This record gives sequence, structure tokens and C-alpha cells, in this order.
Amino acid sequence: MSRLLPFFAFVLLVELFGFGIWWNTQHDPQAIPSPLLNKPAPAFVLPKLYEPTVTVSKSDLLGKPYLLNVFASWCVECGVEHPVLQAEAPTLGVLLVGYDYKDAPEDAKHWLAEHGNPYGVLIADQPGQTAIDFGVYGAPESFLIDGKGVIRYKHIGPMTEDVVTSELKPAIAALQKETP
Amino acid sequence: MTPELGQLALILALLLALAQGILPLIGAWRGNRALMAVARPAAAGQAVFVALAFGILVWAFVHFDFSVRYVAENSNLALPWYYRIAAVWGAHEGSLLLWIFILNVWTVALATFSQKLPEVFAARVLAVMGLIAVGFLAFIIFTSDPFGRLLPMPGDGGDLNPVLQDPGMTFHPPVLYTGYVGFSVAFAFSIAALLGGELEQAWVRWARPWTNVAWAFLTCGIVAGSWWAYAELGWGGWWFWDPVENASFMPWLVGLALIHAQAVTEKRGSLRAWTILLSIFAFSLSLLGTFLVRSGVLTSVHAFASDPRRGVFILAFLTIVVGGSLLLYALRAPKVAGGKAFKLLSRETVLLIGNLMFAVAAAMVLLGTLFPLVGDALNMGRISVGPPYFGFLFPLLMLPVVLLLPFGPFLRWGKGDTTVLKQVLMRAGIAAAACAIVAAFFVDGQPKAIAGVASLVWLGVGVGLYALKRWREMPAGRRYPAEMAGMLLAHLGVGVFVAGVLITESLSVTSDVRMAPGQTQHIAGYEFRFDGVHQTTGPNWRADQGVVTVTRGSNLVAVMHPQKRTYLRGQVQTESAVDAGLFRDLYVALGEPMDTANIEGAWSLRLYYKPFVRWIWGGGLLMMLGGFICAADKRFRIKRIVESEAVEGLLVQETRA
Repeated sequence: MSRLLPFFAFVLLVELFGFGIWWNTQHDPQAIPSPLLNKPAPAFVLPKLYEPTVTVSKSDLLGKPYLLNVFASWCVECGVEHPVLQAEAPTLGVLLVGYDYKDAPEDAKHWLAEHGNPYGVLIADQPGQTAIDFGVYGAPESFLIDGKGVIRYKHIGPMTEDVVTSELKPAIAALQKETP
Repeated sequence: MTPELGQLALILALLLALAQGILPLIGAWRGNRALMAVARPAAAGQAVFVALAFGILVWAFVHFDFSVRYVAENSNLALPWYYRIAAVWGAHEGSLLLWIFILNVWTVALATFSQKLPEVFAARVLAVMGLIAVGFLAFIIFTSDPFGRLLPMPGDGGDLNPVLQDPGMTFHPPVLYTGYVGFSVAFAFSIAALLGGELEQAWVRWARPWTNVAWAFLTCGIVAGSWWAYAELGWGGWWFWDPVENASFMPWLVGLALIHAQAVTEKRGSLRAWTILLSIFAFSLSLLGTFLVRSGVLTSVHAFASDPRRGVFILAFLTIVVGGSLLLYALRAPKVAGGKAFKLLSRETVLLIGNLMFAVAAAMVLLGTLFPLVGDALNMGRISVGPPYFGFLFPLLMLPVVLLLPFGPFLRWGKGDTTVLKQVLMRAGIAAAACAIVAAFFVDGQPKAIAGVASLVWLGVGVGLYALKRWREMPAGRRYPAEMAGMLLAHLGVGVFVAGVLITESLSVTSDVRMAPGQTQHIAGYEFRFDGVHQTTGPNWRADQGVVTVTRGSNLVAVMHPQKRTYLRGQVQTESAVDAGLFRDLYVALGEPMDTANIEGAWSLRLYYKPFVRWIWGGGLLMMLGGFICAADKRFRIKRIVESEAVEGLLVQETRA
């Protein structure tokens, strides 16, 4: 019997590898799960893009869920994402907060004038300090934050129609079910 | 047309491998000598066709045949010829072809040197080698064709990964693979022994030199890889516990255990089942390495572009080869512990402890490497364990090995003698303690460095005492047979290696600095003066090249030229400058310019002072040398073993059939 032990150990190993191959076909090995998921969003106080003297803080936005979309005028992928946000923003059912990341305010305004402005609230993080707290490592990134200020969903890279219907909308629906 | 010939050659090689793998086994089973005789010519033929395929791929690279997809992806018109040849094994498909080519070299060597083995046994061994070749050839032909065409043919190709454009890279993979693949011989011997049920000590003696040579090659490959990572990656480290490094380290550890277990089995007949199991493990772990690198199951800097189909194929192959052999082991391994009995205090016990430590260390490395996968499987998220895990457990497991090593040779087989041990303990212990105390003043009381010096003296004096004992007690000419000399050299290598690791780890000085031209930095008594950066070009790259002048007191030590190269396809590669020395390395890597518009201004630089770092590789090379010298022992040359009874028995069987 003990002579079979190495064999059984090996069977276990094969199962693990089989699982690994299967897992890799289901997941993107490069994806990094955000440690902030289901944790309170970091506190922030940032000026509005069009009224730099007025600031918006995390507590101002509490009460209702919102989608925080990190974008920048220098970011090529954001241009790809923008039409999708334009089209979907009215039907999302949550406030769309634009987060202008490491950008010159003038450039951002030009860019929005050209591409359109789907955002209900627009804040600017020119030095990019607050983005570090959010774990932003590129633009675009989007965070769905609930009424209690907890991050419930995160997407890295451009929002596509696919992502909106298969991930974002279900996530919003789930939120709305919780807080009728 | 020529690339298609390469494909055809591979298919013919597969057919011959099938013949080599199946017919001799049937022959050995039915007692048919004609079928058994197929093994050698089939092996030779297979080798010819694989060599042909390999040659055709080299030819395609040398002659810029970009109509071959693999060539187009991994080379271009500006790549110098030597890197075009190295590019043959620079990516997945070609490196597999190298794997199978080396397997064929081993098989042909085995076919040549096994003429004096009993016919049935040699047939079985060669058949097992053939079956391994079947798996790999099928893998190449069905999932990883290196001769696939690319139409329309591009005017110029991509590039060989610039990380691989280094002299070390041209020979690191072939040497490493020679080691990996070499374990197939010990594996084939074990399987043949299990199949035949003949578990005499004799087969172990035949297997020993092969295992030693394979292990020595693997050692050399790992040392070369470590040196290459140090010089090329620009991080100044020599080992990173990366999954792929671990993939080469596990078979090395098990191979190390196997070498020692084989010695026990050959001389005393004990530990037979364990030796067989280790042979299976050593080769299985080599295959496992191939799986880990190519299936994409783990992420690593070394990983090849992965494809789930390949993963499934190798996993299936792994399951058949390893699962099959472990099942065979369960059914056929010797049930009763054989061999001569031994007391608690004996050479066997010490070797057994060493074996246990190496095996546990290999298991520990395996667990750590697979941890992210286990995390996923148990739904705990992808957790990686890194250097803290390995760096704590590995030295802990090796501590008993280092402590016991000097006693091993002094202990006799079966029953040891305490008085000799006390003597060794006293002499080596006092020497080590004395040197440690002296060293403490030179290394600012750094405990690791003191431990390094103590280990070196402990092991060095231990080895020296035994060499002295042989000198005194044995007549000239019989004092140091190759096996003994190799052992002493390899054990000394362990001391050199341990000292190198501990001293480097504790006394290295690293400094990340911003330097403007003309500025100086002082590190460990050396003055580094940054003399600015200028541009330079190579055959297929241009580079920003820094000039750093190092002086000590008023003496010029070195003028160093670290580079930051940009290759044709835009990949950036740091080329650090190393001033090597027996007792210290000075190492400079170029970071980023402070102002990208002005490369002649200030730069960020990384400066290292690394004492005794070369001893790490020096120790490794001594171990390698020990392995090769051991294998050359006259004792292992096979005398003709005319088993007249066996041959007669066969004849009788044949006439019956």
C-alpha cells in the first residue's frame, strides 16, 4: 500500500495542473484583483474641473451609488471608451463621476468639448496623488461605489458594450436590489 | 522546400522512435533477439533524422529564411550570425527541438556504451528512451511545428528577445537541457530494472556515471543561468526563486539525492526501492519543469508564450510517463528491504539524512512554486510565496547537511567509529571557531558573514583531513581514485558556495544614486566617478553608454561602461558593467536620465560592491567538476558481463517459441 503513495501524490498533482490549465482558460493571468474591492473607497477631496475653487469630497457623494470613471485627455484608450460612456450614461441609473487624471485642465476641457461630456460631476486630480490611494495604475479605470462609500466593482481598461451589459449593469442591478 | 524536408525528417524520426520504443520491449518480453536488435539501429536512425531537422532549422536561421514563421518571429537581418544560431532555441518550438536533439545524443551514447550490458536489459533501456522520444516528437509535430510557413514572406523578421542576446545565453539552455535530459538515462535504467524484475546491484553501477554526468551538466547549466541573470537582468541578484529557476532546481536537488543513494545501493545493496523512486522523481521533475515553463500555468519572467493545447498535451504525456512509472514502481518495487544491515552510526545513516534533507527541500520548493495554483484551487486567491519562504526554509534544511558533511567520508559502511568522529569534530570545529573569531573583526560582527567563514573552514578542514588520512594510509596510486577525488572536490565546492552566499548576502553594498557628470560616490572604500553618458552603436542596437571610473586611493581600479541598449524593434535592455575579481565584484547599472531631453546630464545609477559573489559560481563549478571526475572512475567502465546462463536461457526460449 505504501508503495502506492507516490502514485496518489502524483494524481493529486495532475489534478492541480489540470485545474491550472482550466483556470487559465477562464481567467486573464495578468488580471490583478483589486485589494480595495468591497472595502470603503479612500477618502478624497478634489477640485471640480470647471470650478477649481469648489471641491468635492467623498462624503459629498455618499447616499447614492455612483460610477467613478478615471480618464485623461492624453489617454488613447479613453477615446475608445468615451462613445460607450456617452451612449450608456443615461441608462445606467447611477451618477457618472468623471475623474480627470494627471491632466492639464485646459487639455481636459478641450478634449471634453471635442468628445462630449457624459459626466454628472467632474473632478480633477492634476498631481495624481489621490489616484494612488485608489490603486489606479493606468487610465481608463472605473469604480462602482455604493451609497455607503464602498467599492463594489472595478474595471481596468476601456468600458466596452460587452463589459457594460455583462458586468457593470448586473453590478448596478445588484446594488439597487440591496437598497430599494 | 527545405523546411518541409525538416518536417518530414521529424515524422520519420517519430516512426523510428515508435519502432525503438515498442519492438525491443516486445522482443525482451517474448525472448525474440531480432526484435531486441531493432533498438540500436532505430536509435541511430532517429538521431540522424532529428539532427537533420535541427540542421535545417539552423540553416533557415543562418540564411534568413523568413518564410518560416519561427525564423521570422525570432530573428532579423541585423542579428549577428552567432545570435541567429542561438535563436534556434530562443523560443518554444526550437527549444523543444533542441530538447529532443539532446535526448538523441544521450540515446546514441547509451546505445554505444551499452554493448556490454546484458542484451535484454539494454533493449529495455533503449526502448524506454525511445518511448520518451515518441512523446516529445509527437508534441513537436502536433502542437509546436518549428517549420510552419508564413505567407506572404515578410521582408525582415522580428527580433530575438534582447534579454537572450548575450554570450551566456548561447550556451545556458543547451547545457541545462543536457542535464535535464540526462536524467532520462537513470530513469530508463530504473524502469528497465522494474520491468525485468532484476534488481541486482549491478544495474546501479552502470547507471551511476550517467547520473553523475547529467547532474554535473545540470549544475553547470544552473550556474550559467545564475551568472547570466546577474550580468544581464541588471538587478545584481544571482537567484530569485522564480518558478522557472525552481523548475531547474528541483531535479537538481533530487539528482543530488539520487547520486548519493546510488552510491549506497551500489556498494551495499540497501535503499534499492528508494534509489528507483528517486530516479523516477528526478526525471519526472525535469518533465515537470518543461510543463511549468510551457503551459502558462504559472507566470514567470522566463515563461514561453503559452497555449492551452500545449499544456493539455504535456500534462497528458506527464501523466502517462510519471503515472505509469509510479504505478509500475508500486507493483514491482522490491518488497523486502535488501542489502547489508547498518548500525545507527554509519555512513549509510549520514547519507540517508542527507537524502532526506534534499528530498524534503525539493518538496518544499515544489510546494512554494505551486502555491499560487493551490491558492486558486482552494479559492483563496492567487498567493505567491517568494524569497522569504524559500530563504528561510532552504537554509534551515541544508544546515544539517553542512554540519554532517565532514563526517560522511570518515564513517565506515555499516558501522562507524566514534573516536575518529570526535577527532574530526575537535579539529574542524576548533579551526572553524578560531577562524570565525578572527573573521568577526573583519566583517563588523555580521553574523551571516561569520557563519560563512565558519562553514567554509568547517567543510574545508573536514575535506582536507580526509584527504590527509587517505594520503597517510593508502599506497601511492591508490590514494585518490576518481570517485574519491570527485567527491572531495564537490564537497569542497559546497563550502566555497556557502561562504560565497553568506558573505555576499551580508556584506554587499548597494547604492541607488543620482549622479551628474564629474560627481563621485564612495562605496566600500572605492570611489566611483561618473564621467557622463555618450551614444554608441552595435550590430543591431544603439545605446546610451555611461563611463564610470573607479579608483581606490590613488590607484585606478577600472573604467566601466554600463549601457542602456535600444534594439531595432524598440526593446530596451540594460547591460550592466561588471569589474570582476576573486574577492569582490564592482557592478554598475545605468538607470534613467534625470532629464530625457539631455542624456549628457545627470543619470540615476545603481552601484554595487559585492564581496565574494564569484565564490557562489566557483562553488557550483567545483561541484560540477566533482560530478564529472566521479563519473570517470575506472570502476564504472563496464567489464563484459557474459551471463552465459542468460543467453542460453534465451536460446532455449527461442527454440521453444
